[in-house]
Amino acid sequence: MSQDFIRQMDSDHNFGSTPSWSRRLHIDPVLMLMLIAFCSAGLFVLYSASGQNLDMVVRQAVYMLAGFVTMFVVAQIPPRFLRRLSPVVYIGGVMLLIAVLVMGYDAKGAQRWISLPGFRFQPSEFVKLAVPLTVAAWLCRKPLPPSFQDVALSLILIGIPVALIAKQPDLGTSVLIAASGIFVLLLAGLKWRFIIGATVLALPSVWVMWSFVMREYQKQRVLTFLNPESDPWGAGWNIIQSKIAIGSGGLYGKGWLLGTQSRLDFLPESHTDFIIAVLAEEFGLAGVLVLIAAYGLIIGRGIFITMHAQNMFAKLISGSVTLTFFVYIFVNIGMVSGLLPVVGVPLPLVSRGGTSIVTLMAGFGLLMSAHTHRNFLGR
Amino acid sequence: MVNFRVLLGVVVMILMTFGLIARAFHLQVVRHDELATQSEENRIYLRTIPPVRGLIYDANGRLLAENRPSYNLTITRERIKQLDATLAELSTLVDIDEEDIAGFKERAYQTRPFNSVPLKYRLSEEEIARLAVNHHRFPGVNVEAQLVRFYEDKEMVAHAIGYVGRINDREQKKNDPKLYEGTNVIGKTGVEKFYESILLGEPGHQEVESSASGRILRVLKQVDPITGGDLHLYLDLDLQKTAMEALAGKRGAVVALDPKTGGILALVSSPSYDTNAFVTGIGFKDYSDLREDINRPLYNRATLGEYPPASTIKPFISLAALDSNTIKSNYKIFDEGYYQLPGEERRYRNWKRKGDGWTDLKRAISRSNDTYFYDIAVKMGIDTIHQYMSLFGLGKKTGLDIASERPGLMPSPEWKRRARGAPWYPGETVISGIGQGYMLATPLQLAAATAIIANRGTMVQPRMAKPGEGVAPVLPQAQVEKSKEDWEIVIQGMIDVVAHPRGTAHWRMGRGLQYTVAGKTGTAQVVGIPQDIKEEEDRVLEEFQKDHGLFIAFAPVENPQIALAVIVENDSKMAVPVARKVMDAWLLPRLNSVDMFLDSLSSKNVSPKAPADVR
Repeated sequence: MSQDFIRQMDSDHNFGSTPSWSRRLHIDPVLMLMLIAFCSAGLFVLYSASGQNLDMVVRQAVYMLAGFVTMFVVAQIPPRFLRRLSPVVYIGGVMLLIAVLVMGYDAKGAQRWISLPGFRFQPSEFVKLAVPLTVAAWLCRKPLPPSFQDVALSLILIGIPVALIAKQPDLGTSVLIAASGIFVLLLAGLKWRFIIGATVLALPSVWVMWSFVMREYQKQRVLTFLNPESDPWGAGWNIIQSKIAIGSGGLYGKGWLLGTQSRLDFLPESHTDFIIAVLAEEFGLAGVLVLIAAYGLIIGRGIFITMHAQNMFAKLISGSVTLTFFVYIFVNIGMVSGLLPVVGVPLPLVSRGGTSIVTLMAGFGLLMSAHTHRNFLGR
Repeated sequence: MVNFRVLLGVVVMILMTFGLIARAFHLQVVRHDELATQSEENRIYLRTIPPVRGLIYDANGRLLAENRPSYNLTITRERIKQLDATLAELSTLVDIDEEDIAGFKERAYQTRPFNSVPLKYRLSEEEIARLAVNHHRFPGVNVEAQLVRFYEDKEMVAHAIGYVGRINDREQKKNDPKLYEGTNVIGKTGVEKFYESILLGEPGHQEVESSASGRILRVLKQVDPITGGDLHLYLDLDLQKTAMEALAGKRGAVVALDPKTGGILALVSSPSYDTNAFVTGIGFKDYSDLREDINRPLYNRATLGEYPPASTIKPFISLAALDSNTIKSNYKIFDEGYYQLPGEERRYRNWKRKGDGWTDLKRAISRSNDTYFYDIAVKMGIDTIHQYMSLFGLGKKTGLDIASERPGLMPSPEWKRRARGAPWYPGETVISGIGQGYMLATPLQLAAATAIIANRGTMVQPRMAKPGEGVAPVLPQAQVEKSKEDWEIVIQGMIDVVAHPRGTAHWRMGRGLQYTVAGKTGTAQVVGIPQDIKEEEDRVLEEFQKDHGLFIAFAPVENPQIALAVIVENDSKMAVPVARKVMDAWLLPRLNSVDMFLDSLSSKNVSPKAPADVR
């Protein structure tokens, strides 16, 4: 994700030539290869984290395949069409969120799922993309930077689904969705006085969140994060065990399938949110650095696509998707290593879970769409 | 503009990424050693392997206490979601009552997390089969084999061997917790308690790799436990059974020992109980039934029962009078049927109202003449009596290697002042001569004192266990100093008790005695009646007011092989026949043996038995 990297990518492409096969298929081969390589490596970590459960790995591979198909489909949709489609997607998403609250499927004390016969999904995942699309579409109607009214309206557009998801309650996802919307605003050139003003206002709102919005178990997570040793057998268990897993890995780790913390079930949620601890235990600091570097390559490609996007809408969307992807990674690694409270964010493309992967891949589909439809969008 | 913001984002992302890398470095390099240690501690669990408890054998190598596998239904609390629901479902397969559940909850409280806790012990084959079929329905519920103490002859040896039971809080505090890791039983009474340190053994350890849920994956290192030492007792199981059967339906006790070694051949208290019930924890109902039984089966009459020795004290009083030169061996009185202290009106009566006429020492013993002993007791004085009776071990514990023993009571004026705050009255000296008043002795004490007479003064320490690993040999025996003639006069009196047609035991001993017996009868008046019996119906009350029958004896007189004391509560007629059965069971096979034959040849007093009897 360094500047050198971006320049290097730049020189690889020859824009003047006739559309290549990849351009016609609306595929970015660089990003595509990175994702394929990354997902394949992720399966090995999952195999170990799941206690060598091959079924789970195969299911994950199927989800990944579904993700790639979704990515391919989304990539075919031209950005301008996405722009027009976004209000519909947004309204549909919000209605689904309301539906979840009314008749949601109860999983671990949180209502997040919608069940259809033989099929179950989280509308919040769907909204993850709907929010940046809608905000970007809204802001692109007028010249940038956005006016105060547009910013205020954008914040309302962001706020409605965020509030609905926080009410489920799913703090992790609502934070990510808020971030994805706000990234659009920031990239659109939100004036510094808004940014500083919002930061000043954010402080009392933290108090409001703590006192009125947050649920007891969420507060507990924050308190445990601040002092995990206070409750070593209860809420502090996860974070203590994950720190032990990471730390005991050392420089080069205990070796693949040899991580005792996860194999002996000391590490909870080892195949979902805490999977990075398995990687850190088995492959050590070296493994963590390789993972971060690999994420860096994907993000770098995302930044490259953003920088070269030909219109504002595509640029805002690409930037938001890329930055949100980074937030995912940061929040997950931060919470597992004890830097952030445990808010329930999976490690993108590695943690088990179909919906998360499909959404992420759809996001990459947006990137590819932005990158490959440029020729058809004259300025 | 947008690209600038994007680049700004890149800078922020790089900075945050360095934060993550710094964190990973902090955990994986700076704190690596500390966290790696914690990971090992997580992984490796030191598991204790309980030692196998030592076995207890009788004199002939028959097992009295062994360890048998018992199949127990166990539950791992942490692996069960709804305990009550699971228990309810299990009770459809296995008979589980309230007490099992209460016991389980108590045990669960004492067990560390993720360890299985027994719910029900000793499952039947059928129950095991039913549980096996339904095993998949009950995660966290298992059938586990465990070695459990088992007493094959249960009530036959209950009071002698004692039993093991669950360690309670008090025992837990008193003992070295290291030794009791992994063991949940401890000797509670009898030999099991006294030799706890030998029988226990030492626990071993296993370093196991276990999962967070306590599942053991593999053994990394193992230190084997040391099996507890075995005990070989002097006790003879057959004799024990004979004594028990002789007392059947009666409340009473028999203590028989080998006068040469002090080894306890039989130690019986009737009625008895099944000790196996206590091993895994007896139910509340069963326990209170045992406790409230008016026959008191849990009460070890042999070592804890303190009875007035009554007339069985007379041989010892005689020896005291002779040794202290209070009387000469030819001392006679004319018995009119009562004794009066000089200058007092009160008459102390002989048991035979009309008196025995001229009575010397031998006759006084064989007829159990009370008047004679009132007379010599007063002549000796209570201090002399106390001094000599103490030499015979009365009034203090014998030191038998059994966990519980009472000292009895040998009163003295000094004792009465201290304990009762009252002076000693001359009348109390009078009745001391016939073993009444404050005087109390246990059957064990009487048997041990009888062995001293059998040995003509050589005192032996009563012992349950033969010397062996961890069991020290008996200490050198003290000699109760008396002149040879004194012993023989008293023993002759005791022979007459059985052999003389007017001896008090003659008719009850029965016919066809193949060996010479020296004995002494006793009839103890019942002083108090247990509180809880008072509310029973009159018939029962009457029963409990009857006199106790006592008998002490040794045989054969020339070469004593058994000395015993018998007490039968509330039945003055039974003690002698019980003693006969026990002595017959012990002596008849031996009388006919070659050893006995040779022994009797070397003894001049007895004509040899026919060699044809040799078996």
